[in-house]
Amino acid sequence: MSPRRSVGSMVGKVGVSLFMLALGVFILGPLVWLAARAFATEWVYPHLWPEGFTLRWWKVVVNDPMMNIALQNSVTFAVLTVLISAVVCLPAAYAFSRYQFPGRRVMLVALFAVNAFPKMGLFVAIASLFYALQLMQTILGVLIVHVLGTVVFMTWIPAAAFSSVPRSLEEAARDAGARPLRVFWSVTLPMALPAILVAAIMSFISSWDEAQGTYLVGAPDYMTMPTQMYSLVLNYPKQVSAVFSILLTIPSVGLLLLVRKQIMGGQLAEGFQIK
Amino acid sequence: MTIPLNDPTAAAAPHPDAVQADPMQADGLRLDGLHKELGGRTIVDDLSLHVAAGELVCLLGPSGCGKTTTLRMIAGFLEPDRGAVVVSGRDVTHLPPERRPSAMVFQNYALWPHMTVAKNVAFPLKLAKRPRSEVNERVDRVLQLVNLLHHKDSRPGRISGGEQQRTALARALVQEPAVLLLDEPLSNLDAKLRVRVREDIREIQQRLGITTVMVTHDQDEAMAMSDRVAVMNDGRIEQVSAPRELYSNPRTEFVASFVGSVNKVPGRLTPSTLSADDGLTSAVRPESVRLDADGGRPARVTRVTPHGHFTEVRVSLDEGVDLVSYVTGAAPEVDDRVGVELGEVWYFREGERVE
Repeated sequence: MSPRRSVGSMVGKVGVSLFMLALGVFILGPLVWLAARAFATEWVYPHLWPEGFTLRWWKVVVNDPMMNIALQNSVTFAVLTVLISAVVCLPAAYAFSRYQFPGRRVMLVALFAVNAFPKMGLFVAIASLFYALQLMQTILGVLIVHVLGTVVFMTWIPAAAFSSVPRSLEEAARDAGARPLRVFWSVTLPMALPAILVAAIMSFISSWDEAQGTYLVGAPDYMTMPTQMYSLVLNYPKQVSAVFSILLTIPSVGLLLLVRKQIMGGQLAEGFQIK
Repeated sequence: MTIPLNDPTAAAAPHPDAVQADPMQADGLRLDGLHKELGGRTIVDDLSLHVAAGELVCLLGPSGCGKTTTLRMIAGFLEPDRGAVVVSGRDVTHLPPERRPSAMVFQNYALWPHMTVAKNVAFPLKLAKRPRSEVNERVDRVLQLVNLLHHKDSRPGRISGGEQQRTALARALVQEPAVLLLDEPLSNLDAKLRVRVREDIREIQQRLGITTVMVTHDQDEAMAMSDRVAVMNDGRIEQVSAPRELYSNPRTEFVASFVGSVNKVPGRLTPSTLSADDGLTSAVRPESVRLDADGGRPARVTRVTPHGHFTEVRVSLDEGVDLVSYVTGAAPEVDDRVGVELGEVWYFREGERVE
């Protein structure tokens, strides 16, 4: 290797390293800052480092009954949202993937419309509808808002997964003696399951993070962790909201790590001769 | 019907009754005037065929000739517009696939990737609600038969193409079907494996004496494996014959040119003359075109293509007709003068054999 080239590659390596470092700081920096703040006694400008560390803020959060209720509400809403969304959307996904019916394309695209409009505008429209239907300040109202946010994942991702299950695998099951429903349970569903799991977890996270609509429809009776954040930021020391942010982040990160393997290792291609 | 999978004597020789079943007495599979249109196009046109019990019949034809559609109608994935599918004397035309006594080996094997080899094979028996001990025993027996016992607990994705193919075959055989359907079973295997697997399939089919319909576009495969070959063209069966007969005595121009190769000459070509005859086509197999240094009709060699065990020699007769000849042994050179002698010549008018 010529000296010139090795100098060039050195410069390149240093450049890449610097870029990676900057990227790391950009992504992880705020998280580190947040974590440090959650344990800091006092940390104000112009100090570069907190004056001391304490668990006091964690105690404040854990012992606050409002926080506990918010946590419970969040978990309940997220779980119910995933279940309702699955019951409503999975059959629709199967229909989209396997049957040709009038309006199929339009409906598929229309699902996106919910996400295409600014959320707040949508929620205002929903609110006026909910007032008329007396759904404001109700569990059902909050659930509807949450489920709305998951429809796109819960329909599109499973529909794609159902479509990628080769027809001949279903036909082979029919040929082996399985009725259509059994074919679905024994072949189609297991093969689409990884994708459905991913969709379910994305729905869970979407419900877990949903704040605007919940605030509008549910507050002040049904406060979840994200909506509780709003009052926290205003009423408590900054460290408490840092603690709360971390609590809010943990499930999302955990679930994403859980599905990482499912997303990466697709078993769909296995055992099927692809020409 | 039970398959004597564990009968050690059965392995020794093909079952004598299996191949020579008389079409008239044993009722295997009967297709009566099957007709299917898809998208306004006639795919299968009034097709009738009788496959005797224990017989292997190949549906051979170019792509789009309707052979796969016919197979799918036998399996129950398509319902014919007209006609009937009769298995062992029972009309199954309107039964869904899960209630038919047929089992299919799919072209791409269609193994379920989330189940192990053993689970794939056991699935049909589980659906039939057989007791667990019987399921285990039958799965072991059939995996033994296809020589896959060591891969019992492997996922389909972890085994080779040939092994996947045998798994698919085992999954079909374990059902002890009245009719076994093979959809291009060898097309996804490499050339060497193909020859071995086709011998294996044929051996198992004969040993079990199982009525079989196979679809292929490969004439070698069809000739090597079948008791009879049904050549299909344009949704119709052109000819059903034993492989030898098909080759030596084609009844239509299509069969003559699809099975093996043939020289086609417009007009009436006889061993000594060529005369104009409107609408008549003469056909002669390359091996019936013999080249002689002296005698025969004068011709010039225009091209020589070696193929290893034979040489393809193109000659131009002085009357202005090009013929291809297969020469074994010493072949002439380009521009050599040779004499041509013709063996058997067939004559076709409007595609049908007239003489």
